[in-house]
Parts: sequence; C-alpha cells; structure tokens
Amino acid sequence: MGDTRKVTIKAFRFNSETDYLPYYKSYEMEIGKDELILDVMNRIKWEHDGSFSYRRSCRHGICGACAVKVNGKATLACKQNAMELLDLFNNEITIEPSSKNRSVKDMIIDKSDFWEKHNAVKPFVVTDVDPHPKHETKQSLEEFNKFLDSDLCIQCGACHYSCPVLEVNSDYFGPAAFVAAYRFTIDPRDNAGKERLETTAKMGQGVWDCVKCFECVEACPKEINPLEKITKLHNMQFEQGVADSNIATRHAEGFVRSIQKHGFLDEADIVLYSEGYLGMYKHIKTAIKMVKAGKIHWDDALPWVDNVPKSKNLDEIKKLVEISMTNKL
Amino acid sequence: MSQLHYALYTGCTAKQSTPELLSSTLAVAKKLGIKITILEEASCCGASHLQDFDEFLAHVLNARNICYAEKLGLTMITICNTCQLNSAMTKHALDTNPELKAKVNEKLKEVGLEYKGTSEIKHFLYVLTEDYGLDAIKNRVTTPLSKFNIAPFYGCHNIRPSELHHKSNGNENAYVPKSLDNLIDALEGNPIDYEYKNKCCGFHVELQANHTSEVLTGNAMVDAIDNNADILVTPCPLCHLKMDTYQDDIGKVIGRDIELPVLHMPQMVALALGCTPKEIGLNFHVQKAEHILNY
Repeated sequence: MGDTRKVTIKAFRFNSETDYLPYYKSYEMEIGKDELILDVMNRIKWEHDGSFSYRRSCRHGICGACAVKVNGKATLACKQNAMELLDLFNNEITIEPSSKNRSVKDMIIDKSDFWEKHNAVKPFVVTDVDPHPKHETKQSLEEFNKFLDSDLCIQCGACHYSCPVLEVNSDYFGPAAFVAAYRFTIDPRDNAGKERLETTAKMGQGVWDCVKCFECVEACPKEINPLEKITKLHNMQFEQGVADSNIATRHAEGFVRSIQKHGFLDEADIVLYSEGYLGMYKHIKTAIKMVKAGKIHWDDALPWVDNVPKSKNLDEIKKLVEISMTNKL
Repeated sequence: MSQLHYALYTGCTAKQSTPELLSSTLAVAKKLGIKITILEEASCCGASHLQDFDEFLAHVLNARNICYAEKLGLTMITICNTCQLNSAMTKHALDTNPELKAKVNEKLKEVGLEYKGTSEIKHFLYVLTEDYGLDAIKNRVTTPLSKFNIAPFYGCHNIRPSELHHKSNGNENAYVPKSLDNLIDALEGNPIDYEYKNKCCGFHVELQANHTSEVLTGNAMVDAIDNNADILVTPCPLCHLKMDTYQDDIGKVIGRDIELPVLHMPQMVALALGCTPKEIGLNFHVQKAEHILNY
C-alpha cells in the first residue's frame, strides 16, 4: 500500500437560506497517510468549493468544534486519521454533520438544543464563595479522580447527536448533560447535587429513559464513557434518597427481589412489581399472545404459583445479596 | 481439532420466555460436536437494571457466576447479548481494578468462592464464527438457506462498548459489524445490508418509555422489511422478545404493517444443519414464521 490513495469523498451539502432539501456532492482527491478528516474538509473548501462550510478552531482535539459524522460514525475531524476510515469503510466515505436535521449550512449545525440541555443541569460548581478566603479550597486526589475523566468533556456533541433516544424524545437531556450532572454532583465543593439528582431522576428527561445502547460510549472522542456516569447517577439517586417509587425505579430494585428468591429473574413478577396490579392492563394483550405461544404460563403472575427455575446453590446467592447490598429497597 | 468444550451461562430468558433459544443452542452444539456444560449455579446478570440500583451487588453476583466457569477451567459462553455485556463488564472492572476485586472477593469468601480472572467470556456467536470457524460450519450445511433474504440484527451489547469485546468477544467494529453477515453467508443465505442492523431495539425502556422503545424497534424492522428481508436474525433474546412479541404494537406506533419472522441466531444455524422447524422451537414464536415452517 502506498502512502497516498486516490478516492472520491462524498459530502452532505445544505444551505438553509437557499436550499429546500440537502444533497450530496462528490470530490475526488488523493489522500495522504497522515491526513485527518479535518484536512479532507479543508481541501474540499480550498481546492474544490470555497462555499463548503464547517466549524474548526483548535486543531488538536480540545475545542470540540469540528465534530462531524463519517458514514454514521461520530468523528472529531481533527483527531481522526482519514486513511483509517477509508480502510474501515472500504474506501467509500461520506462526511455528514453531527445531526442532519439540525444543519444550518453543510457541517454547521444549530447546537442550541445541546446547550439548553447542558445548562439545565447547572454545569458549574454551586457554592457560597468567600471573596477573601484565607486558604485555597483543598481537594484530595481521590476526590479529584472521581470526576477527572468527566472533566475532559469538550462539549463537541458527538455523544449527544449519536443518542437514539434524542431522536425520538426531544425532552431527554442526553449523555453529555448527564456527564456534566455527574461531574459537578460528585465534586465535594458543590452544594447543588441533590437538585441535579432530582432533575435527572424525572421521567422523560432524566436517566431512566436511557436505552443502554452504548452509542455515546462509542462516540466520545475523549473516552469519557457517559453510560458509566449515567449508572452512577442512578445509584446516587438511591443512595441519597432522591429516587421516587415509580415504574423505572421499581424495575431496577425488583431484580433484587427476584434474585433473592430464585437466583434467576422472575419475568412475570418484574413486570407486575414494576407496573403494579393496576398497570397490568396494558400488558394483557401481549400476555395473551405470549401464553398462546407457550412463552409464559397463564398462572405465572399469581402470587401463590412459582414457575420460575431456581439456581443451584441458591443459599449462596441469598447470602451474597444480604451482605453485599449497598443500597436500600 | 480437539473437542471444543464450554461452560454455558444460559441467562434467565432462555430458561423462561424463549426456551427455543436454549434448545436450539444445544441442538447446534450437538450437531457440531461442541461439548457444553451448563452452569446451573449461575444467577441473573442484573440485565443492566440491577446495575442501576446497586452496581456493587451486580459485580458480586456476576463474579460469582464467572467463578463457576473458572472452577471448571472453561471459557464461559453466553447466548444473550446483555448477559455477555454484564458478565464482561464485571470481568473488565475486576481485572483492571485490584481494589474492587479485593472488595468483591471479600464477599465471595463468605460463600467459599474466589474470583481469579482466569476464564474468558464469549458469546456463542463468536464460538461458531471464530473457534469452530465459518469454513467448518459451511462444510456441515445440509439445508442451505439460499431461498431467504436474511437481515442480521446485531444487538448493542455484543458490539458496544467495543473496549469490552476486543479481547475475546469477536473484536468487531461497532460501526461495521460483520460476524452475522458472514455466518448467514456461510449458511448460503442472502445477508441483507441495511442501516439499522447495528442500532438499538429499545428493549431496556420497554416498560418506562414505551414509545421510545416501539419507535426504535420499528425503525429497524421497517428498514429490514424495506430492504426485502424475509427473516430477521439476532444473537440476543431480548432483541428477539421485543421484535417478535410486539409487532402489532410497533406497527401501530410506526404506522406500518409489520410482519417479519425473527429467528434466534442458533435457530438459523440449526435449520441449515438439518434440524426441523419443530426441533428449533418455532412454535414458541408469536410471529409464526409460516414460510419457514413450510420450508
């Protein structure tokens, strides 16, 4: 393989002031082994079409301006080698904005939704500051390490615009806002943790609507793992008594109930426990279909019937639950 | 080749609402001469939900499951993406964090167990495509699936986060997964290429955010249908439950008629290896897959 490769790059084009619909244009160029996606975009602009528009600033992965998608893969253009993606996608690559729906001009998107969600979690230390302190505010290394990786977030929006929940539910805060919520809630100098936990516990907007697809983890160019922070927010809601009893929280804690009894999950009980008897009417139609197919049994939901298989050495499991549980039911 | 031997972690779903997954897995193993020892001691993996309530407890329970595979000196295999994820997540956490490992082992000691980190964890899909090998499977096909356009649906937890699947679980690129496509190819079926094959089915918010869940599954199923799929196949029983059981409801939300038979990955392999539709438990499906039954 030589040091350069002749390829055709497709790019998404749209000008919201003049175009009714977006379109794609192809650009032929010879790409060198060290060129980045940002270089490719520069060359489209400088060598082919000066009207091609995209955000760029720092060129070393800290300003977050140049986030785009290449063949659907969230990409920070100034960090991503072009040849690597050509290899991955069989020499056919299409550069698109992080969110096609929000394109204003080519790669430039309206990120107002991102900032609105980000601001909603108070992404700063909330505290009473003494204007003339006698000492600096001290933090232990251990305390600092708890939010160090979250602090590396550059607000590029790669995770936010890769999240499938946000495509369906516009109220949802999204992974970047949750990372910020975690980062400041775990900071010992901060006083607004409880408020943030309450905000992120609300159904529809909060962490309970996360589908756990890990798209955000895959998308993050700073390797922050937003889903890990979402799990921590869930745990903190229980630890700090913020979690209300609702269908989602009962669904999470209902697992302990089943595991203690059977080792396995009791599939009928988890639905019943999460929904409550009144909520079960929603599932009657599905349940009938499942009974007909032999997937569940007509008597599974009766409290005095136990059709659930049991783990061998169930006593061990019971004991481990008893001695390891850190949160209360 | 010496006989392949694995410790099977069945998970909860294969023991309850998708019994056809367990029976077809065992049927495939028998046909291919793969030895399976079922981990009867294992408990639920927490399914990503217990983790939301109590992450530490989930690590302890998953570590206990892995202990039993370690005792047998075998690789632990899974037949559910979410079991794979949560088991591998605990293994990764314990293998990279000695402090956490010590804390977990302190609890396990109370029941006479110790997590060492000696067993790999791998989905049955990759046992077939990598350990047994696609060429070897191809040689065993007696009923080629050449009549069918098959849409591979990978399911999130076998491909993301890629960090967890790099070492022993397929090492797929999450944006360009290939194993299922290659497997369909080896069984002489026609793999369908479609945008949503590596996307989320929304199963995990089925209860609390039903609309989100229905739309996500609907997007994927409609995409497969529009690309002429006759069958959709998935290695994950949770994707299967969502996609097989809720087609009516999803259709209402999406505004389209959805009728697409959904197979578990081992069911598809079993069919090609000569098992009958009855043997692979098609009767347990809500969407009856008539044209496969008449195959």
